[in-house]
Amino acid sequence: MTNSFLMRNPSTLWFLLGLSLFTIVVTALSDAGVGVMSTSFVKTLGKTLCLCLIAVAMDVVWGYCGILSLGHFAFFGIGGYAVGMWLMYARTEGIVLDSFASQTIPPTPQEVTDAIGNQIFGVVGSSEFPAIWAFSDSLILQLLLVVLVPGLLALLFGWLAFRSRVTGVYLSILTQAMTLALALYLFQNDSGLRGNNGLSGLQNIPGFEDTPQSTISLAFFYASALAVALGYVLFAWITSGKMGSVIKAIRDNESRVRFLGYHVESYKLFVFTITAVVAAIAGALYYPQAGIINPAEIAPIASIYLAVWVAIGGRGRLYGAVIGAAFVSLLSSWFTGGGAPAIPLGFYTVQWTDWWLVLLGLSFVAVTLYAPKGIGGLFDYLVRKPS
Amino acid sequence: MTTLLEVDGVSVSFDGFRAINNLSIQIGEPELRAVIGPNGAGKTTFMDIITGKTKPDEGRITWGDRNISLLGMSESEIAMEGIGRKFQKPTVFEDQTVRENLAMALRNPRGPFAVLFYKKTREGAARIEEIADEIGLSDSLTRKSGELSHGQKQWLEIGMLLAQDPRLLLVDEPAAGMTTAERELTTDLLKRAAETRAVVVVEHDMEFVRRLDCKVTVLHEGSVLAEGSLDHVTADQTVIDVYLGRS
Repeated sequence: MTNSFLMRNPSTLWFLLGLSLFTIVVTALSDAGVGVMSTSFVKTLGKTLCLCLIAVAMDVVWGYCGILSLGHFAFFGIGGYAVGMWLMYARTEGIVLDSFASQTIPPTPQEVTDAIGNQIFGVVGSSEFPAIWAFSDSLILQLLLVVLVPGLLALLFGWLAFRSRVTGVYLSILTQAMTLALALYLFQNDSGLRGNNGLSGLQNIPGFEDTPQSTISLAFFYASALAVALGYVLFAWITSGKMGSVIKAIRDNESRVRFLGYHVESYKLFVFTITAVVAAIAGALYYPQAGIINPAEIAPIASIYLAVWVAIGGRGRLYGAVIGAAFVSLLSSWFTGGGAPAIPLGFYTVQWTDWWLVLLGLSFVAVTLYAPKGIGGLFDYLVRKPS
Repeated sequence: MTTLLEVDGVSVSFDGFRAINNLSIQIGEPELRAVIGPNGAGKTTFMDIITGKTKPDEGRITWGDRNISLLGMSESEIAMEGIGRKFQKPTVFEDQTVRENLAMALRNPRGPFAVLFYKKTREGAARIEEIADEIGLSDSLTRKSGELSHGQKQWLEIGMLLAQDPRLLLVDEPAAGMTTAERELTTDLLKRAAETRAVVVVEHDMEFVRRLDCKVTVLHEGSVLAEGSLDHVTADQTVIDVYLGRS
């Protein structure tokens, strides 16, 4: 069954092959191999894979189903926060227990909890554990929350929005409002998630204190690659066959699909929710590699970037989203990280840290106007050779 | 012939304009019915009301053997009850092949999970071939429907309706923009469909209606002006005044 599905979708096979090769090359170049690739670059690549995963999800919801969601990065961030809470709690607990170990009188559980709370929330002037940290001592429960919180939020939001038949630009605005509200809430010190400090030290994995970061980074890189592979196959399966037919039809003419007897809202809700969950999983893998998450990550601009990646890579084809996310995000970190040389014009020096956004904006406009199929559209020339 | 659809005293206004005014109409099964009328007579609104796109202000619409009310049902629920609709402008999914278009319309479970785990069946494939043959698109099954000619798109849409296997087909101006040869094929298609089910054709073109050779309902200002054979209604003085006399 799965076999025949992959056979019928050669582009998925090619993608998996390319991803495997990429993983092998990175391993060979990293410290596990010849050691010419730095740990931080392995992390950058691992993070990029997570961005590719959320881009694929975005492509399904936007490119295939026509819902321009400007909220999927919020789900990504929630996934990051959910896993970050455990990472931070467990690591702080380890440190606190170590410091108590030198005392002759063993501390009471209350003392331990207070000390952990003080460590984590001292920065926002509190030491109480907010209610939302109730499960932070359990990795399993926090991992469940990675899926459940964004899933339920998307389900509720989507249900409200789709049943009222909010579509097009109005829906985009609504999703953006949701994202902004969430970001503003998280910026508050009493939100229970350390306000604008966010969660930090996430690169330290509790239980693996003695494992070097080079090994941890590679482990996360593999986990990200696996997640991208599974997510890609899942979405390739969803968008192929009859389901793909129906959601593309919804994108092209929603009311016609209704008269065919399909309950359009259920389909949109299904696509919106499943992509939100995958976005959250991508976020949960991203932030341990980034080391820090703060509310600025969730700000609406991030979701707009996501749409730009997918548009530049090519909407309506999954590999296009991967190419767009990888290409633009890596290029972006090169430009904004000072990698690109400044251009002296005599009267003015073009600093790419300032001008990169202008370049990105112009590219977006150019792609939208002149190459609506994006970079992925180039593959059409490869496949359809003139006969 | 039993009554399949009964529209009783239905009115609807848009911003004070009465598009449909105390309209009553009965459709039997099987039956071929033409609905004619000048622009603004409420023909398209009539279809919108039956298919659930527009909610009437008053009146009743009862359907089927159990006389259930269609009011308050969503478009997709009404479609699943067995009412299919063809729009004035051909609306097929141009980005997808003829086969995909027909497959989507085939009478199968419509829930997202049923569709997600849907497996192609031999019966489904055979039914698609059969319909494609009937609408003259057997050779075009793998073509993108956007590449079809205007007439072929119209037929594909009629084919999609047939694939839905509805008890009532609402067809809005099927002959618009068609050549004479294409019109003949369309007439045959509709007549054949009407042998086993109810088909309501909204049409502008008198010549086309004459070819359908069926009972005609004349709408004017949102209500029924006359009903009967084409010869009967065209001889009616009020019809001549409001409709035929004008052109």
